Amino acid sequence: MRNLTGADIICECLIEQGVDTVFGYPGGAVLNIYDSLYNYSDKIHHVLTAHEQGASHAADGYARSTGKTGVVIATSGPGATNLVTGIATAYMDSVPMVAITGNVACSLLGLDSFQEVDITGITMPITKHNFIVKDVNKLADTLREAFYIAGSGRKGPVLVDVPKDITAQKAEFVNKPLKPYTVNVTMHQDDCIAKAAELIKSAERPFLYTGGGIYGDDGAKTLKAFAELIDAPVSSSLMGQGSFDETDSRYMGMLGMHGTKTAAEAIKNCDLFIAVGTRFSDRVIGNPKTFAPDAKVLHIDIDPAEINKNIKVYHQVIGDSTDVMKKLIKIIPQQSHTDWIGRIKAWEKQYECRQKGTEELTLTPQHLIETLDKLTNGEALIATEVGQSQMWAAQYYAYKHPHQLITSGGLGTMGYGLGAAIGAKCGNPDKTVVNVAGDGSFHMNLNELVTLSKHNIPVVELVINNNVLGMVRQWQRLFYGKRFSQTTLDRPTDYMKLGEAFGIKSFVIDSEDKCEEILREALEVSKTAPVLIEARIDKDINVLPMVPAGKSITEPILEIEIDD
Amino acid sequence: MTERNVISVCVNNGIGVLGRVTGLFSRRGYNIISLNVAETENLGISRMTIVAEGDEGVMEQLVKQLRKLYDVSEVKVLRDAVCREHIIMKVGNGPASRQPVIEIANLFRAKVVNVAESRLMLELTGEPEKIDSFIGLLQPYGVKELVRTGISALERD
Ligand SMILES: Cc1ncc(C[n+]2csc(CCOP(=O)(O)OP(=O)(O)O)c2C)c(N)n1
Ligand SMILES: [Mg+2]
Repeated sequence: MRNLTGADIICECLIEQGVDTVFGYPGGAVLNIYDSLYNYSDKIHHVLTAHEQGASHAADGYARSTGKTGVVIATSGPGATNLVTGIATAYMDSVPMVAITGNVACSLLGLDSFQEVDITGITMPITKHNFIVKDVNKLADTLREAFYIAGSGRKGPVLVDVPKDITAQKAEFVNKPLKPYTVNVTMHQDDCIAKAAELIKSAERPFLYTGGGIYGDDGAKTLKAFAELIDAPVSSSLMGQGSFDETDSRYMGMLGMHGTKTAAEAIKNCDLFIAVGTRFSDRVIGNPKTFAPDAKVLHIDIDPAEINKNIKVYHQVIGDSTDVMKKLIKIIPQQSHTDWIGRIKAWEKQYECRQKGTEELTLTPQHLIETLDKLTNGEALIATEVGQSQMWAAQYYAYKHPHQLITSGGLGTMGYGLGAAIGAKCGNPDKTVVNVAGDGSFHMNLNELVTLSKHNIPVVELVINNNVLGMVRQWQRLFYGKRFSQTTLDRPTDYMKLGEAFGIKSFVIDSEDKCEEILREALEVSKTAPVLIEARIDKDINVLPMVPAGKSITEPILEIEIDD
Repeated sequence: MTERNVISVCVNNGIGVLGRVTGLFSRRGYNIISLNVAETENLGISRMTIVAEGDEGVMEQLVKQLRKLYDVSEVKVLRDAVCREHIIMKVGNGPASRQPVIEIANLFRAKVVNVAESRLMLELTGEPEKIDSFIGLLQPYGVKELVRTGISALERD
């Protein structure tokens, strides 16, 4: 037993939880914590970002790409509020994160003291739970509980607010064994599994759909075995990209607003829709009334509250999705749906869909992302910002591993990707990490370029520059009579100079024929140092297919006329 | 079909817990008709009785979302329960109204808890429907101010 300050207790608890990397930014209310981090610097690597938002996204990217819980530290007041977007992003995508914020001393709480905000109040709707610790004797157990909550069941962010005096006061500290993560819900019963198996056995045209609830090699292997056993075609949500190897012939492409026409046709014609580790986001289902019109829906998920929320299901199994699939694999004999798979293949041929640039020889984003895929053997971790560039990154890179695509699916946070890429690279120093950014998103948090160069974090920042807020422009074109209000950026930013100013080697790609060569060179440099690439594309390349919000998922738009 | 449901929720007895529960209702658009909360036999736990409106789907969601809150240990939609509500009200529009008001109070076994020149203060505990009709009958005599606790309820064994 040791008598430690609250700040030291925080460091000890982080080590106890297996944390070796944290992201954050110092300030008055966390002076004691940073003083302690100074002592613990050999065990806890602290990455200083340019902005707390960047740190929160880094903790998120670290968590998604490692499967561990990400940790971010910020000071009270503005430090804490700067985390809000990052916490909300993690919450929407069920990412395990522990945010530790400082606050004013207990005696100053509630008095509108300098840099005081009620951060537990502010983050209540965007955390799984949050705590304020007003007794140093409860600090260690509260932090342990925070990690337990973040990593259990449906994962998510937890915030622990620690007033400054608590970090200075002392308490006895003893290490405790880790509390294992649990599923946290009443689990399915065996007869429930049996009924699911019966449904699958009697299906003639099953559709297997997966989401972000598939984790790691075990999850991916199990899913593959399951898909083969039940002989179903597979599609994923944006969050589920890579949970099923996209180079596998069973894979139909993404489902949803920018999903493939093949997946849409399959939805229209399937008789059993099996959703595994996924929620039915409105971006996926379109109009719920016309979703999978002839199918029974079987939903397998860890969160009971997702059952019947957006789509009424026929049967559900509550539990860890990999676990449930393993149980089903044991009791289902090999199925065969040759005709059905044949029809899928035919649709795939019929509906090949891609739009070329409007001018000859200009670089297309499709070509760019496919070249990136080729040069990285489809093995890079791809972070994204939000917009058209995000969708191209999702559509044209063939992911092979769960959570290989690190993207803000639920909140759609522009400014997410660079921070997330920093976190992903810190957690995976041996992997190539690329952030695919739109020019609009890039300008939101480009300050984190300096984090790349200062700490020499060799991330590839790939800006797809169409000079517009492309995704919004696409909607304005389709639904607002081409009134391009505030979406034409045409900013004078010189990306080469900007990169150099931050100490980052920079490249420009402006034609299809030089794309591969420059990209290869940039990737080579990125083995030891960060790089910035500006890839110039046409303003009017649209993301296709597209299902307008609330419209039937089965009838995507396949072509958009550009006549201006 | 939209229905009123009585939900019994056991929560940790701590700061901010009420805010977590009501916050969930407001952000998901669930309508609270009444909410009543106090300590239980177990000092660490409070029981909330919430009357909420919604069809079957809404109620299913509401219960599941409540169960996800860390501070919530039990959620039950009550079907066969003893429901009670308490009311305190000021009634009367002058000395002439006193006698008829007392008569109605007696019929309902309500108590007169204060007598002022032109009105009485009454108190009554009972099923919510009984409280409603009590108020209805007193309406002609001038209901000045009233406070209802909202329903508290326990399921029958
Ligand atoms: C923080 C934030 N603000 C606004 C939006 C709305 N929004 C969605 S996509 C988009 C355009 C993104 O432009 P850009 O980053 O250049 O990507 P592009 O679509 O051009 O590829 C905007 C403004 C958002 N998602 N996030
Ligand atoms: Mg753009």
